[in-house]
Amino acid sequence: MSEVATGAGDAAPASGLTATLRHARYIIGENPVTGFAFSLFTLIVIMAALGPLVAPYDPLASNTSVALKPPSAAHWFGTDQLGRDVLSRVIVATRLDFTIAVCSVALVFLMGGLAGVAAGFFGGWTDRIVSRVADTIMAFPLFVLAMGIVAALGNTVTNIVIATAIVNFPLYARVARAEANVRREAGFVQAARLSGNGEYRILLGHILPNIMPIMIVQMSLTMGYAILNAAGLSFIGLGVRPPTPEWGIMVAEGSAFMVSGEWWIAFFPGAALMVAVFCFNLLGDGLRDIVDPQRRT
Amino acid sequence: MLRLVLKRLAVALPSLVGVVIVTFLLTRALPGDPAAYFAGPAATREAIDEIRSKLGLDQPLPAQFLRYVADLARGDFGISLTTGQPVATEIRTRLPASAELTLLGLMVSMSIAVPLGILAATRPGSIVDHTCRVVATTGVSLPVFFLGLILVYIFYYLLGLAPAPLGRLDIYYSSPPQVTGFYLIDAAIAGDGEVFRASFKQLVLPALTLGIFSLAPIARMTRASMLAVLASDFVRTARANGLTPFTVIITYAFRNAMLPVVTTLGMVFSFLLGANVLVEKVFAWPGIGSYAVEALIASDFAPVQGFVLTMAVMYVSLNLAIDILYGLIDPRVRIEA
Repeated sequence: MSEVATGAGDAAPASGLTATLRHARYIIGENPVTGFAFSLFTLIVIMAALGPLVAPYDPLASNTSVALKPPSAAHWFGTDQLGRDVLSRVIVATRLDFTIAVCSVALVFLMGGLAGVAAGFFGGWTDRIVSRVADTIMAFPLFVLAMGIVAALGNTVTNIVIATAIVNFPLYARVARAEANVRREAGFVQAARLSGNGEYRILLGHILPNIMPIMIVQMSLTMGYAILNAAGLSFIGLGVRPPTPEWGIMVAEGSAFMVSGEWWIAFFPGAALMVAVFCFNLLGDGLRDIVDPQRRT
Repeated sequence: MLRLVLKRLAVALPSLVGVVIVTFLLTRALPGDPAAYFAGPAATREAIDEIRSKLGLDQPLPAQFLRYVADLARGDFGISLTTGQPVATEIRTRLPASAELTLLGLMVSMSIAVPLGILAATRPGSIVDHTCRVVATTGVSLPVFFLGLILVYIFYYLLGLAPAPLGRLDIYYSSPPQVTGFYLIDAAIAGDGEVFRASFKQLVLPALTLGIFSLAPIARMTRASMLAVLASDFVRTARANGLTPFTVIITYAFRNAMLPVVTTLGMVFSFLLGANVLVEKVFAWPGIGSYAVEALIASDFAPVQGFVLTMAVMYVSLNLAIDILYGLIDPRVRIEA
């Protein structure tokens, strides 16, 4: 460490990094389940990043001579009706599913998080409008509303991301609103106001950073729901088009073969989906326990 | 009590107005020209113009909205492009299939989750408690369509216990004379034991799928609220007075612990109604969910809109019913109102 930290400019980021690492080690050490979930998460990120590079076969190449083969040494997860390697398709699909979930969570964080913080901080009309919008969205069964939005906006992957973000809006808006509301008259806010900061500056520079830990837990908790929602939409035939490998649509393609005994076509993408959602939920629970121990269940 | 009902209605009304506004906006958000869309691909310029004035699309947005509300008030949900049938009739004939499945699913999950939650709360740290936690975490992670397929594979393909996942009744049977639209009840009314058994067999797997899926929040909530109630003073007093554990848990604690569980039912219904669509697709169930899915694939918007509206209205009414039920169970809520 001492060799690295020769200049004053280098010292700050290095100590920041070690602090982050120490904190991460503490989080993982605190609860072995969270540690497990975290390593699973790393695996998913690696799969999403490397995808086509680690897949043993081309996910789109069909080879009818090996169609509908059960799992074997050559094809670990078996092959589908066109002889495509299920393992390769499951691996390559990770990137698309992960991207859909990350994008929709990021989008809803921007929309719901900012709207909620503003509602909780300013109160009044901002609060009334944001709360009314959230209530209206909550008046729908969420998956049904997502179907309606995709049907109206058009049947594309982008619209699946938008629909998933919209149905999650109330969750984010409410959490952000409650957290901002508690802090609107806090000491640090009054200090910031006294030193001449404008309201928007206080909102973005002081309130928002303070509620970030809770929002990050929220993002981790809704990530699993986002993946489930997106996969459900593509299972009923929305968004992703058939040859593209994606977990939901792969389960849909394999469902016809479930009744004739070729279980592996639907099973492996479904299991991958389940493991991913499970991982995000465990990670979210673990993070919540650390950030907010009172809500531990 | 009447005041409570009126107060809850006043809360539900803005939700309904919001639902109607959102579904209206969704129609206007359709890509391209709605008139050209409703006229179909082979329409001429004149036909499109005619449809535009017929649909009132040449009028300002508020006027269009009034017209839309008036249509809805008359029970007119529009015409399906693919079948040429009015959407409202189609939804009305298919609704009982979905309702029967959803209600049975809810019954399955309640009858497993509530005892599980109570057992877990009375024996913290025991095997039952751990099972409850694992079930709760797994339940929320399971993609419901995947769970349905697994059950089909095990019980239909491997064990041969369940019938093929193809709708409400095997083709060898004809549906019972319609009274309620619920095959189980209709068959029982007609006294037809064979049809009753056949439709029950078809229902078991999809209802079980929905039940397992919605089990998690109920079990979790029952456990948490039982734990809180068991730690309270009146339970300690009851125990100190020498009441049997059974009386303490069932008569004293359980009745108080059920209140938060009833509140969670609102969220459970949101899950159930959404999951219903996916389960209907897996089991080829002829309900409103599969109707909407077929329409979605064919880009036929009127049925989808009718479906979203029906589901939302049902969901708002269910929440209203839960609120009123809450008032019936808990006298304190009535006094506050």
